[in-house]
Amino acid sequence: MGKIIAGIGTSHVPSVGVAYDKGEQQTPAWKPLFDAYEPVKEWLAEEKPDVAIIAYNDHGCDFFFDKYPTFAMGAADQYAIGDEGFGMRPLPPVPGNADFSWHLCEQLIWDEFDLTVCQEMKMEHGFLVPMNLCFPKEPDWPLAFVPLAINVIQHPLPTALRCFKLGQAIRRAVACYDDDFKVVVFGTGGMSHQLHGERFGYMNPDFDNWFMDQLEGDAAELKAMTHHELMEKAGAEAVELIMWLVMRGAMADDVTRRARNYYAPMTTGMGLLVLEDAA
Amino acid sequence: MHQQLNPSKPIEGTYVFDGRKSQRGYAFNRLGASLMSDETRAEFKADEEAYMARFGLSEEQKQLIRDRDWLGMVKTGANIYFLYKITTVFGDSLYKLGAKQAGLSYEEFLKTRNVSGAT
Repeated sequence: MGKIIAGIGTSHVPSVGVAYDKGEQQTPAWKPLFDAYEPVKEWLAEEKPDVAIIAYNDHGCDFFFDKYPTFAMGAADQYAIGDEGFGMRPLPPVPGNADFSWHLCEQLIWDEFDLTVCQEMKMEHGFLVPMNLCFPKEPDWPLAFVPLAINVIQHPLPTALRCFKLGQAIRRAVACYDDDFKVVVFGTGGMSHQLHGERFGYMNPDFDNWFMDQLEGDAAELKAMTHHELMEKAGAEAVELIMWLVMRGAMADDVTRRARNYYAPMTTGMGLLVLEDAA
Repeated sequence: MHQQLNPSKPIEGTYVFDGRKSQRGYAFNRLGASLMSDETRAEFKADEEAYMARFGLSEEQKQLIRDRDWLGMVKTGANIYFLYKITTVFGDSLYKLGAKQAGLSYEEFLKTRNVSGAT
């Protein structure tokens, strides 16, 4: 059976992609962020996962409000890089694994998660930043990816509990795939931030750290949070944090922490949390 | 079922982007969504009026763009991620767009940040 070897929660701020493309990983402003990912990157290189499923949100690069899916999964062997309004990033296309994607789509839809299935998707910072931070791109990306886009921008959004249950369903689907197939599940976005209105720039580091504490436990309080509560405590765009619940749902009831970091330089609390199933 | 939004308890300085806002701001957001290539960004910059005419914006919506009234656009249904594509064409990156909404100069805004080099 397939196995989920890690759950990773990480933020996906666009400026991180810019710093990455400019090679600014060791500047004083960015070092505290990028350095925290180095041991994670090394550990993943040793573990050699076959696929990373990345629960992320599109920020208007691929999907528009003419038709807006609540949950959309990629089912292709390759995904293009998108221009999200400020130029095309110099990155190779993202490798997919259509066979595994179709397996996931079948299992999840039969498990009553009514996904939109996509044979073409354009990848943008919500997906690419976590990928850039955790995996080397030279000469090729070392594994395949499954994009799982979640609506966190046009209310009504899926509930936090629904996202957690989707993670549980992903765990069941991975378990009935090929033997020795190793999967990493990412929940991305957040942490605290607000990008619109007079409240622009609002952050709440105490909340962000509490949120990661809860994820190391059973996440019961997070599953019960409403979108209003999340927006009130952490900023309107921090509602992205519901995607971290997909990651937590995909893990065992008891987890251990492999890595954790927090850095809040500008307008977004940038968190990193790497979890493994407890032995 | 838990009610996820609570309109009776509004969050200050926040305009939750729900279906009604999305319907109202549809033309704004469609214009924003068109700006994902160098060619369209150049066309918009070269002739703003002709470009706006393609998207069915109301006169009020056009005026908000002419006035660079980003907060006014948010209040009337521009989604922040599509608005960002519009403001980028006029040189207002995310943090400048934000500072304007908060009513601060860019320099004032940067002073409120922990590490303002991380842009």
